[in-house]
Amino acid sequence: MSELDGVPKPEELLKIDYQPPRKGWMDTPVNFKPGTYNYPAASKNHKILELPFPREWSPMEEDWKLPENWKEIVVNGIAERLSKYRSFKVFMDICVRCGACADKCHFFLGSGDPKNMPVLRAELLRSIYRKEFTAAGKVLGKLAGGRELTPTVIKEWFYYFYQCTECRRCSVFCPYGIDTAEITMIGRELLYLLGLGINWALEPAAKCFMTGNHLGVYPHTLKDTLEFFADDIEDITGVRVEIPLNKKGADILFVTPSGDYFADPGTFTCMGYLILFHELGLNYTWSTYASEGGNFGLFTSHEMIKRLNAKIYAEAKRLGVKWILGGECGHMWRVIHQYMDTMNGPADFLQEPVSPITGTKFENAKSTKMVHIMEFTADLIKHNKLKLDPSRNDKLKVTFHDSCNPARAMGIFEEPRYVIRNVCKEFYDMPENTIKEKTFCCAGGAGLGNDENMEMRLRGGLPRGNAVKYVQEKHGVNRLACMCAIDRATLVPLCDYWAPGVQVTGIHEMVANALVLKGEKERETDLRGEPLKELEE
Amino acid sequence: MTFIMSIMLPFIIILFLLLLVLGVVSYTHLENVFGIFIPYLALAIFLMGFLYRILSWAKSPVPFRITTVCGQEKSLDWIKANRLESPFTTLDVIKRLALEVLLFRSLFRNTNTELNEGPKLIHWSAKWLWLAGLTFHWSFFIILTRHLRFFTEPVPFAIQFIDKLDNLFEIGVPALYLTDALIVAAITHLFLRRVLVPKIRYVSLPADYFPLFLLFCIIGSGMFMRHIYKVDLIKVKELALSLISFRPALPEGIGVLFYVHLFFVCLLIAYFPFSKLMHLGGVFLSPTRNLANNNRSKRHINPWNYPVKVHTYEEYEDEFREKMKAAEIPVDKE
Ligand code: HEM
Ligand code: SF4
Ligand code: SF4
Repeated sequence: MSELDGVPKPEELLKIDYQPPRKGWMDTPVNFKPGTYNYPAASKNHKILELPFPREWSPMEEDWKLPENWKEIVVNGIAERLSKYRSFKVFMDICVRCGACADKCHFFLGSGDPKNMPVLRAELLRSIYRKEFTAAGKVLGKLAGGRELTPTVIKEWFYYFYQCTECRRCSVFCPYGIDTAEITMIGRELLYLLGLGINWALEPAAKCFMTGNHLGVYPHTLKDTLEFFADDIEDITGVRVEIPLNKKGADILFVTPSGDYFADPGTFTCMGYLILFHELGLNYTWSTYASEGGNFGLFTSHEMIKRLNAKIYAEAKRLGVKWILGGECGHMWRVIHQYMDTMNGPADFLQEPVSPITGTKFENAKSTKMVHIMEFTADLIKHNKLKLDPSRNDKLKVTFHDSCNPARAMGIFEEPRYVIRNVCKEFYDMPENTIKEKTFCCAGGAGLGNDENMEMRLRGGLPRGNAVKYVQEKHGVNRLACMCAIDRATLVPLCDYWAPGVQVTGIHEMVANALVLKGEKERETDLRGEPLKELEE
Repeated sequence: MTFIMSIMLPFIIILFLLLLVLGVVSYTHLENVFGIFIPYLALAIFLMGFLYRILSWAKSPVPFRITTVCGQEKSLDWIKANRLESPFTTLDVIKRLALEVLLFRSLFRNTNTELNEGPKLIHWSAKWLWLAGLTFHWSFFIILTRHLRFFTEPVPFAIQFIDKLDNLFEIGVPALYLTDALIVAAITHLFLRRVLVPKIRYVSLPADYFPLFLLFCIIGSGMFMRHIYKVDLIKVKELALSLISFRPALPEGIGVLFYVHLFFVCLLIAYFPFSKLMHLGGVFLSPTRNLANNNRSKRHINPWNYPVKVHTYEEYEDEFREKMKAAEIPVDKE
């Protein structure tokens, strides 16, 4: 539990005061408290990506070494984005401050900081918009809700736009669909114009740019890693799976987040994919160049999304595959579903995806030509193409965390539940207001899943953790399933802290545990190498 | 911006305007200004301002299809898609928007979260804002429609019917309109929650109180005119008809309260395009609500899509070729 060292105990964190201070928010300066902010991006990462004003600086210092004409840069940056994004423009104008979004944000619920209410997070930028771009704001200033753009405002943006995981829960509840994540994304872009970024987002972006994946795994290392999984799989199942890499002429390119092959418990899900594809005899390939499904560009700027995402189609074209299959990831799927085709399409060199096993046409993916593995597997199970023995997961009592992006960008709710119900016997959903489109974030997405920000993550993790604890107490749930690589990293400390005893799993880990392979030996352990049944005390 | 300032500033402005119009109409003979000039001016500002705002929003493109999805996607045939919350076709989108505009669908989802001992975070369903909001808007709309009886001769049947319906209970003489009672209750609720709920009070700006006060004045003066300090309705109708036929003629002696009412209405419509009240137009243009969730089946075009600097496969292979070859990973150039 080293990650949790130095974090106050839950009893301490729970002393949350939802009462806003007496002083107005415009007069309350930002206070950088250790444990609640992210370290700035190293200048080398700015340089690799050729971003402006690379320098070393610290949020704790008075002087952020802003470029001389910083104000002009920001104002021009806002103007440009107002003319490019109707979303931004409309959202700047129409909020009625009804407050419906206020207590929908996990960071507000966990911290009580009023500037974490989505409406105020947006007002941080909206107040500058009013002052610089509306007649009333220019003339009346504060009386019209405008305020002067000062370095303090920039600091405040840096703090609060990195206390938003771009989860879009607020947008579900807003009567006009105002999406604070969109405002956060634009706000972060503006900060990057001044050379202000966070390392946990920019370093993965830089690595992804150069090596193909966020973790900077080299091609040969990727091969070693996957071979190593194959060894483990052989030990457990007696079956040797193949590792197709950069294979020209494969039917399907498989792309998954690098977290899956990098760290537990994602690795078990990765083994799950390998086992499933082997059993199906799928003619597919991994790529060392497109070795990342995730896209930390999403947490940086729209341009960076496109720059990092371009690899996927380029590689599919180079290898000559028919279509692309995507693994279990959250924000990756926001990018694939809502940005990829627009940014880097049209994918007219690919074919409309058809499952080679069942013949099912994935009509819903006929333009982007990329299918979510949960759609793929649910279809297999529906057509009885998998021999499953759910009793091998009998020690698991499972609940499911809808990751923000697949939930609110795609609406993929029933596919994962269908798969889970078919591979284990005990499945319990968390309370209705905490799942599906109303799901609560893991509080570590959007680049915030680092250790220095742990207190804020755990605060933001309260609503999710509390819902997990609810099913843990009510049904004895001991496994939290999710289909997101960031979740598989961030939900672990979250559960240790708010619902100790609950472990995190990917869905294809459970699938592979239940999947009966041709020629397999009697299984004694699950993919984690733990006994299949809980030992009786 | 403190709470006191946020609320007092619009209050003082409104009070000042109230006294102004009362004073001017009572002691001078500027009825022409208030009865003819200002209404035309306000209407012109409204129409031009509204159009300007919509066009300026519309001028900015929608580069990405960023629907906020609130229901099951359409994927496999045997999984029932939620076409209202995850619209797939334009017709679905129209239905979703209709639900949003006519019934405030999203607000209906509202919850109220409470942190209890345990700890237990409980998310109660909270429908009061939805109810008050919906009641206010629908009452406002019906009241507006009822006013058409002043502008039409003969009064169309539909408007007579709405009037009748609204008068169903016949309480008092002249009867109290149902919507009048409802709008007072609803707007009082909206005002009180803004003042009493600490979170909402904290985020409220003068621009949030101003329209509420304005509406109070309009509703108040309207009801006052009808029930207590009566004005000559025949003459009001004469004026209304003359205005709408662009042959303005001001009848004598309508009563000062009418001018107060009319002035505040003019203020509202002239203020409208430059304020948050433009949510009326914005809700239709909100990209998270007015786009289908069919991203992967139908390509969305970004008009300003531009080429970006990428790290190509060739560059990548050049960098890693020896290592790839050593690991027996296929390469393009030997
Ligand atoms: C398509 C038409 C419209 C829709 C869908 C709509 C929707 C909404 C919604 C959902 C709210 C938030 C809930 C609430 O506070 O009631 C709201 C607030 C408000 N609307 Fe509208 N509205 C529309 C037109 C109008 C019009 C024509 C007015 C004219 C006066 C208006 C005045 C207001 C006011 C003053 C508020 C803020 C209430 C407060 O301060 O709490 N709306 N509207
Ligand atoms: S719910 Fe929407 S309109 Fe209401 S305060 Fe939040 S962002 Fe503004
Ligand atoms: S997008 Fe999520 S994290 Fe950001 S303000 Fe909205 S609810 Fe909070």
